[in-house]
Amino acid sequence: MRENTRLSVAHLVRDPVLLFLVILVFTGLFLFILLPLYKIFSYSITTNEGKLSFQAAWDILRSRTYLQPLKNSMLLGLTTGILATIIGYVFAYALTRVDMPLKGFFKTIATIPIISPPFILSLSMIFLFGRNGLITNKLLGMEDSNVYGMHSLVVVQTISFFPIAYLTLTGTLAKLNPAVEDAALNLGASRGRIFRTVTLPLSVPGILSSFLLVFIQSMEDFSNPAVISGNFSTLAVEAYRTITGMYDMRGGSLMALMLLAPTLIAYVLQKYWLSGKSFVTVTGKPTTSRRQSRDPKLMWPLFAFCMLVSLTIILFYGTVLVGAFVKIWGINFSFTWAHFKYVMTLGWTPLRNSVVLALASTPIAGLLGMIIAFLVVRKEFPGKRAMEFISMLTFAVPGTVVGIGYILAFNGKPFMWTGSAFLLIMAFTFRNMPVGIESGTSTLIQIDRSIEEASTILGATGAVTFRRISLPMLKQAFFSGLVYSFVRAMTAVSAVIFLISPRWNLATISIFSLFESSKYSDAAAYIVVMIVIIIVVIGGLNLLVGRLGNSGTVSSGGSGERA
Amino acid sequence: MSERDFSARSSNVSLLHLTKRFRSLDGSGEVTAVNDINLEIRAGELVTILGPSGCGKTTTLRMIAGFEYPTSGSIFIGGRDVAMIPPNKRGLSMVFQSYALFPHLTIYENVAYGLRVQKLPAAEIKERTQRALELMQLTSMAKRFPSQVSGGQQQRIALARAIVIEPSVLLFDEPLSNLDAKLREYMRDELRKLQKRLGITSLYVTHDQSEAMAISDRVVIMKDGWIQQVGTPREIYAFPQSKFVADFMGKANFIKVQVLGIEGEAARIEIEGMRFTVPRAGKAAPRAGSALLVVRPEALRLLPLSSAQGSAALKGRIDRFTYFGNIARYEVSTENAPLLIETYNPEASFVFEEGAEVGIIIDFESARLLPAEEQEQIS
Repeated sequence: MRENTRLSVAHLVRDPVLLFLVILVFTGLFLFILLPLYKIFSYSITTNEGKLSFQAAWDILRSRTYLQPLKNSMLLGLTTGILATIIGYVFAYALTRVDMPLKGFFKTIATIPIISPPFILSLSMIFLFGRNGLITNKLLGMEDSNVYGMHSLVVVQTISFFPIAYLTLTGTLAKLNPAVEDAALNLGASRGRIFRTVTLPLSVPGILSSFLLVFIQSMEDFSNPAVISGNFSTLAVEAYRTITGMYDMRGGSLMALMLLAPTLIAYVLQKYWLSGKSFVTVTGKPTTSRRQSRDPKLMWPLFAFCMLVSLTIILFYGTVLVGAFVKIWGINFSFTWAHFKYVMTLGWTPLRNSVVLALASTPIAGLLGMIIAFLVVRKEFPGKRAMEFISMLTFAVPGTVVGIGYILAFNGKPFMWTGSAFLLIMAFTFRNMPVGIESGTSTLIQIDRSIEEASTILGATGAVTFRRISLPMLKQAFFSGLVYSFVRAMTAVSAVIFLISPRWNLATISIFSLFESSKYSDAAAYIVVMIVIIIVVIGGLNLLVGRLGNSGTVSSGGSGERA
Repeated sequence: MSERDFSARSSNVSLLHLTKRFRSLDGSGEVTAVNDINLEIRAGELVTILGPSGCGKTTTLRMIAGFEYPTSGSIFIGGRDVAMIPPNKRGLSMVFQSYALFPHLTIYENVAYGLRVQKLPAAEIKERTQRALELMQLTSMAKRFPSQVSGGQQQRIALARAIVIEPSVLLFDEPLSNLDAKLREYMRDELRKLQKRLGITSLYVTHDQSEAMAISDRVVIMKDGWIQQVGTPREIYAFPQSKFVADFMGKANFIKVQVLGIEGEAARIEIEGMRFTVPRAGKAAPRAGSALLVVRPEALRLLPLSSAQGSAALKGRIDRFTYFGNIARYEVSTENAPLLIETYNPEASFVFEEGAEVGIIIDFESARLLPAEEQEQIS
């Protein structure tokens, strides 16, 4: 043990670039992940005079005003988690196991909610079911429909987060060895029986995993409950209101801690407990392609279900698109460019800020993600496991917690960074790295390590090998890291709402204020413009990453024939 | 074409008390992968490390390459101790089991890579890359990517990429194991010819004994981190110094005998009450008492029991008979030990059926003696 540590330290000293990178990454992780968390924690249990005291914490934990949001958030997380997982499972099952038309269409539709700006579904909800709602008022003639509350929130969050469940479960279902199901069929089991006795039990880890991931997303969601929850208070929003409305920093940070605990537990369960329980069978042998059911009694109900979900999504997005072009929703449906004119004039600066800051953080987050993936998979150094854990931690830390932690950590000496572009960029960078790290890690594990060793022994330094060999092979993972970082930075609300300043206001926050003043059509136009920008930038990134390294197939490991 | 240029830097390699310990997988203790190895590889020589998986051969190779750092001991390349020098500063190159070609670079760029890393002048890079491509008959496919050529061609690219930088030592990590049998034999001969022509000091790791025989100047047999025996292929096969080596390099029968006495190289022995002389008993032969007679399957001959009286050392019964055409293989049970017997050109003599009672004649010229008890660790 000691010898191995000594050797890996010796290794570090011998490779100055590696040493530098390890120190750089750890400094970043400490400063922008651990320090803010520590600050929230220490701030919550000290008095204004700086003495250690659990009194405030105790008072708060006993009071209803604080416990109710916790209960609400948990209830919301559970409900959304279950609903989104069910829809995601049906979607995933239909798309992997059943031969049905329009599969490409369903797959595309299911990814839309992942890359769309915040507020959009809540806005549709208001347009469709609000007091002047198209359905409630115009179609059903209701005068006093109340769109605000938990019911709307569940609908909106389920649509927002079922794609996460769908993607997770597709992975699980696609990787289950078809031979296992074939064996059951061969033994005489019916399709229904196979599903109950083989497929479903084998996908239980995937189901739990997707439930926990949706639960985390639902708990930390700020934008939807902020505009549509009405009197149904959730922790993320209540923490924000406590700090900005009542100037109660300590109460806010305690709520942040209450929010952090369940998400962190869910994350650790998902990552460390469930990952060891996966039934996914990886044999390395070519698996026969899966036979897909053509049974119409199975196909048509599933098709109808997928179509219903897809049409709902189209309806919600279409509503916002239309809403951006009408004068006053529900009252005057005549066409106008006025809302876009508003976005291009008064709304222009926040929009530009959002694009500039997102573009600034994207390459940093993308590159840092690849570097961390590379270090964790390929290098030996002390603290490697800690680096992996901390860097992925941001996935589980709600944006609200990050925002409050950043205020506490960077609002005084020695780091006076609040309100600066720098801090916003760092917030984006460290929050948006995990997807890059994850896709980088899984790509690197598949790439034969000796390809890098070949570069090394031919005389290349670690840095040259990374730039000329590893990075080009990581192109696909790098790209998805970049896209994700950019989209997340453009659409971030919960963390940045604490960090913006008059100089650096952001588009999402402007949309939020438009909601506060009920200027829904302006908000709709804003959202449409953001969608256009996101699509354009993703296209641009695609071109740019295509230029990186030469062409040629990257997937093959270099060894064509195997005996 | 001046092939001699490629060999200019060939150096000798010496390993001194080289040891590598790893933490065991459960973290409780340590596993010694390589145990106090001493080995001298002369400049221009091709030495093969042969052994079963887990014997430490790959770890040894990777320590010389610099991918693992030794726990103790030294590695000298051309007189310089490189044990703690990073792999990219050692001036070696390596051909990997998976070839490890850069999938995103053309074949030309794969070969040129090592030269580009050295930042050589463009003209020199071009000249040397083209020379290496020509040498390996790859010129026509220089613009393709590795995934677009065959396994044998990928192998040649890996070799071209390794020799173009004129390494002081060339390392091979089971480079032929991904090829099918026929191509493997062809590439093996090509590789040996090239190595001899260029005179590059080479260390080759494999678990395939016929590959080791065919390619090597000398063979090192390893087991459990220890070197068992070092010698030319002929020395290893004809004079194995332990039961393990005899068994691992080719097939061997072990007949229990009593040694009556040694005179020079010869030994007088007794098998089942009959006395024989082993003219060249080998260095490991015990002076007296119980011993094992090592006999290769091709050094045993079968006779019908009726005509064998008096000349046969052992009597037995044929349990299993396999006919390969060029060879007939018999598994024979005797009172002494089960025997494997191979008869070449079987149609030229009598072919025995399963169940036949036979007499067995031993060719003592090629037989050797080993101690009866396992005494494996011979350095």
